[in-house]
Amino acid sequence: MAGNDRLWLPSWRRRISRRRLLTGSALAASGLAAAAFVGCGDDDGGGNGEPVLDSLNISNWPYYIDGETAANFQDATGISVSYTQDIGDNNDFFAKIREPLSRGQDIGRDIIVLTDWMAAKMIRLGYVEELNKDNIPNWVNLTESLKDVSFDAGRKYSLVWQSGFTGIGYNPELTGRKLTSINDIFDPEFSGHVTMLTEMRDTLGLVMLGMDIDPADCTLEDAQAAVAKIQEYVDNGHIRAFTDNSYGDDLARGDVWAAFAWSGDMVQLKADDPNLELLLPEEGFMVWSDNAMIPKGAKHKEAAEQFLNYCYDPVNFALIAAYVQYIAPVQGTQEAIAEIDETLVDNPLIFPDEETLSRAHVFKPLDEEEDVAFNELFQPLLIGT
Amino acid sequence: MTIGRLRPFLPYILLAPGLAWLTVFFVVPMYTLARQSLNDGTLETGFRFAWEWANYSNVIDRYQEQFIRSFRYAGTATVLAFIIGYPLAYAIAFRGGRMKSYLLFLVVLPFFTTYLIRTLAWQTILSDQGDVLRTARDLGVLDVTDALGISQNGRVLATPTAVVMAITYNFLPFMVLPCYVSLERIDRRLIEAANDLYGGPVRAFARVVFPLSLPGVFAGSLLVFIPAVGDFINAEILGSPKTQMIGNVIQSRFLEVNDYPGAAALSFILMAAILGAVLVYTRLLGTEDLA
Repeated sequence: MAGNDRLWLPSWRRRISRRRLLTGSALAASGLAAAAFVGCGDDDGGGNGEPVLDSLNISNWPYYIDGETAANFQDATGISVSYTQDIGDNNDFFAKIREPLSRGQDIGRDIIVLTDWMAAKMIRLGYVEELNKDNIPNWVNLTESLKDVSFDAGRKYSLVWQSGFTGIGYNPELTGRKLTSINDIFDPEFSGHVTMLTEMRDTLGLVMLGMDIDPADCTLEDAQAAVAKIQEYVDNGHIRAFTDNSYGDDLARGDVWAAFAWSGDMVQLKADDPNLELLLPEEGFMVWSDNAMIPKGAKHKEAAEQFLNYCYDPVNFALIAAYVQYIAPVQGTQEAIAEIDETLVDNPLIFPDEETLSRAHVFKPLDEEEDVAFNELFQPLLIGT
Repeated sequence: MTIGRLRPFLPYILLAPGLAWLTVFFVVPMYTLARQSLNDGTLETGFRFAWEWANYSNVIDRYQEQFIRSFRYAGTATVLAFIIGYPLAYAIAFRGGRMKSYLLFLVVLPFFTTYLIRTLAWQTILSDQGDVLRTARDLGVLDVTDALGISQNGRVLATPTAVVMAITYNFLPFMVLPCYVSLERIDRRLIEAANDLYGGPVRAFARVVFPLSLPGVFAGSLLVFIPAVGDFINAEILGSPKTQMIGNVIQSRFLEVNDYPGAAALSFILMAAILGAVLVYTRLLGTEDLA
């Protein structure tokens, strides 16, 4: 099955990549999940004669794994994997699983993947299981700088699935010039052809950097200032929309000339249209990670840990990285990926150098109260109030 | 024998599945929603029932603009659907001949595709760099529409026009089909009678055909207007932040901000507002004896 998938996967991947949430529509979401499900070499029957020892249910973002890894893991361990790509948005997914988790019920998933701030919230609420590192010896391959994060000291509950940069994707032919600064996105020439992201930390973070505010250390006043600035450009029609990764289609069509964009998407978009550029602005840019966690009450915790261990083997991770093209958080992937595709070894968006990483910023961890306050400032922008 | 004894209860027995359905899928959710709308607290601290009527006044204050906008867009779309749909229904009913069922099939045909895909298609059709807009630009049409405020700076996407147009498009069959049914049912002899009484085609239409088709127009406009007010997909996909409707606000409050009480209150206000609008409309059209 995996062999056939590869024929049509690339064309799908071009149109719909990560975070492609066809927003709000349950119909679309289920359609997407179904389509993605088929694409993932899922085979829960253990049909190749191997005894099925255990099974494993994984939920992830669309196009966040290659077509072979799940099947390979299944062959190697005999654990039958059901891999579903049903996470499209941190808030939406949280809204879906919160109720059963708060009652201590199993949500039918053994691994889920959520962005830093949402992972922090899950850990804070006690909705995730502590990882048994004895089952995940490969976890030491995690990039050193990611081993200790503010929301999960020593990575007791979470492991990075992918990291990525948020910068500016643009089409130099349409903008008519090279962009260098975040504030170039406010050039009146581009009016009506600019989009920003619905993900608050990405959009506020970038705008703050353009205002010489460090998003890692910002106050509510800073957020107010950034929102006021964005508001001005919403009101005068400069900002066309706030998007999930549908900005990819808009860029490809030429309706949008410059957009706040995610690095992995841009690598994929560039493969189709070499004109497109990802700017990592001179003022800096945002970096984030999506983290794999085991939800509280998961039925196959040990199998989940085995899977994470399997993925944290650089040889296995290289296969994922070559497909996903976000920043690989597993040390040794760079060497291993040469076996798959030589050209990826020097791709700074998959394997950023120290200098690039030093210009990347994280958004400050917000506590519950701040989170509500920041969101109450930011969300009204999206609905034009 | 048994049936005879059950006879007095028969209507209730027949109603039971419907009532059960209504209870489970309407009354219970309504009750939960009503309770939720009066809660206070946040997601992480937990919601508590507190007769918090302020939820209602707060959201009315904050989202008046989107309410008004939704009713304006839905109203415009309903009128447009009538202007486009009624003549279409008329043509099929009176001039369709043997092609009738084929033509009706064509009206329904777009429904074979997902709502979402149909809406996404308009992104491509109306693209700034697309053929449609390029031709319109070359012909100078966009200068005129810009001046009229229908397009903005030579683009249609991300303007109210795109949203209203897409709503009209997506709900058009709901206008055409009821109108068609009403028109189709009209006894042709009544039109002949009008003609015999020296009523020309215009008067025959105005005095006979149109009044007799009013139930269809009434049903059609409700079928278009009600879902259109609460729609959020069209504004989401084809609009800009300045064209977001109340459905988008409710989605944002529920899923993004997790302000369940506020979102529940908004849903109730929307329902009440639609009910009010429908009652006024019913009164105006005097449809008690039509439906």
